[in-house]
Amino acid sequence: MADKRQVKVKVNGVEYEGYAEPRKLLSDFLRDDLELLGTHVGCEHGICGACTILFNGEPIRSCLMFAVQATGAEIMTVEGIAENGKLHPIQEAFNEHHALQCGFCTPGMLITVYHFLKENPNPTEEEAREAVSGVLCRCTGYTQIVEAVMAAAEKMRIAA
Amino acid sequence: MKPTAFEYFTPSTVQEALQLLESQGDEAKIIAGGQSLVAMMNFRAARPEALIDINNIKDLDYIREEEDELVIGALTRERTLEVSPLVKEKCPILAKAITHIGHLPIRFRGTIGGTLVHADPTAEIPITSVALDAKMKIAGPSGERVLNAGEFFLTYLTSAIEENELLVEVRIPTLPPKTTAWSYVDISRRFGDFAIVAVASVLSLDNDGVCKEARIAMGGVAPTPVRAKEAEALLAGQKITDSIIEEAAIKAAESDDVDPDSDYHATAEYRKAMTKVLTQRGLKEAWTNFEGSK
Repeated sequence: MADKRQVKVKVNGVEYEGYAEPRKLLSDFLRDDLELLGTHVGCEHGICGACTILFNGEPIRSCLMFAVQATGAEIMTVEGIAENGKLHPIQEAFNEHHALQCGFCTPGMLITVYHFLKENPNPTEEEAREAVSGVLCRCTGYTQIVEAVMAAAEKMRIAA
Repeated sequence: MKPTAFEYFTPSTVQEALQLLESQGDEAKIIAGGQSLVAMMNFRAARPEALIDINNIKDLDYIREEEDELVIGALTRERTLEVSPLVKEKCPILAKAITHIGHLPIRFRGTIGGTLVHADPTAEIPITSVALDAKMKIAGPSGERVLNAGEFFLTYLTSAIEENELLVEVRIPTLPPKTTAWSYVDISRRFGDFAIVAVASVLSLDNDGVCKEARIAMGGVAPTPVRAKEAEALLAGQKITDSIIEEAAIKAAESDDVDPDSDYHATAEYRKAMTKVLTQRGLKEAWTNFEGSK
């Protein structure tokens, strides 16, 4: 077994320090070592998008990175979206529009949409559809997810 | 699944990386964006004994223009290229092709060097580099060498990079906007999937709209991206019309180099048929966009 390396990351504004073998995936480090279970692990080869996190502000698949590569990074997981116990407008919209059923893909969806609406606060439905196409949902058929993204965009424009 | 254990190294210069490649031997792998490698390691389809992580070699992350070439460091992220104003202006087909790569999170990590060395024959940057006659600068223990895209790809997932070498730079001839028609078209089962067949077309035109030179690269039809030589020869010196486009597309699909395999995505016959469809569609799109931009 290879030696463990120190991993220092800031996740959702909190500094964490841990030790991981080089082969430990960032997704597993977040879940097993930091006990942040919001990030879901589906396919483990970058296709399903459930493990999507923000890495220095950019959406990435946390199953396609090693934890040791993350030292020094600022990470945001789904746990970081709500503020002070209050749901983010994206989460409210997902709730109101029934944009989840089993909920497995939802952490990846929320992070993806969080980044998308930051870059594109006034999207077309087509753009919203393309944005969420990188996260696989096998329950909803996407109709309500796209409705929620559009509703969230409106909520956030009004609040801004 | 989870990757097997490996030794992990983080060189901060090309020299250090090359020394590590020498000392670690042929079971070591370079990791850049890791968007193909880590997926393969998770499935244990790849089991490197050592990973040499080049993400700290900041000198390999750049895009600049030198005379009539775009010069791109191997560690440049696909997303950086996609949104670069310089790439959009000087080589728009590259920026467009990159939008076809997976989904946004993949492009934020994936690098130009990584996808080239991975050498998937349906991948966007390899196909585009073959259409553009890109040059690959490779560093090794005895210095640097340069390979043309046409000689860089050997077969499925195999480039000409030796085990002790590192791809450091890609040089791509810029496209004069007033005299270049181009397109990148593909078909895939779902948005974001690897292409079943993809075609990159670049037409150099004179002021009267006569094609001086055509460069057409096809992916998904052979173990490497291949050029549609017969179609290119047909188009050279010709005025672009619907009928010559169709004739060129037939020639492209009939080329000896178009020798696809059947797999669970598509049969060989289907890929061949789509080679004609996409070459025709691509040339039409290139020409229509060019005419529309005047």
